[in-house]
Amino acid sequence: MTVEYIVNTLKVEVIAGKEGLSNEVSGGYTGDLLSFVMSHAKEKNIWLTIQGHINSVAVASLLGLSAIVLTEGVEADQEMLDKANEEGIPILKTLFNSFDFAVKLAQIEG
Amino acid sequence: MKLHYEVDGDNFLVAGEASGAVKRTLKQIGIDAAIIRKIAISMYEAEMNMVIHADGGEIDVEITSEKVKIVLKDRGPGIPNIDLAMKEGYSTASHEIRELGFGAGMGLPNMKKYSDDLKITSEVGVGTTVQLVVFLH
Repeated sequence: MTVEYIVNTLKVEVIAGKEGLSNEVSGGYTGDLLSFVMSHAKEKNIWLTIQGHINSVAVASLLGLSAIVLTEGVEADQEMLDKANEEGIPILKTLFNSFDFAVKLAQIEG
Repeated sequence: MKLHYEVDGDNFLVAGEASGAVKRTLKQIGIDAAIIRKIAISMYEAEMNMVIHADGGEIDVEITSEKVKIVLKDRGPGIPNIDLAMKEGYSTASHEIRELGFGAGMGLPNMKKYSDDLKITSEVGVGTTVQLVVFLH
């Protein structure tokens, strides 16, 4: 499924990187320690995190992640939004925590 | 092919740009995605260490038909005990750095895990040089 399908199904706000909404999602990863994310997240994963700063976009870009979901309503820095727009990496925002959002992702059919 | 990058110290806004540029170059010349992943992870960790601990430095990348060699050289404080620094979970990063999700003590272990050869030479008060090699075949 695509990032756009997830956005439409779960009614999530997209705050940057709309160019990448057609990115394929093949799985997901949750984590806030960047070295663990670097080591374990896979290409085309959607990444659930509370790290709303520019370095998250660098990690997503290096790994070829399909999107970043900022959970628990955390705000993104302006630098993060600018970089995500530049790289075409969608940033989604939700009030749910990472566990609850992952459960919602798992319940999507299609 | 040889590439050279200057890494700004303490500038988190551009941190990781050299690794991103190398990744794009490797992709353009058709290197296998799994190999690119190894290089991107190990180089990003080393580049971030330069920004976090050493006020930046210089990176030289050499790409041949056999391997990618990355040499990262800084004039930072040096590593007093490399064996200790290699231990998973050991970190000297500040609280502010940890809040950004760095400083998990996985940087050097990730460099070792994802490169085929890792050499670190360091002198306290002089600087650190990290050499990463990833074979392409």
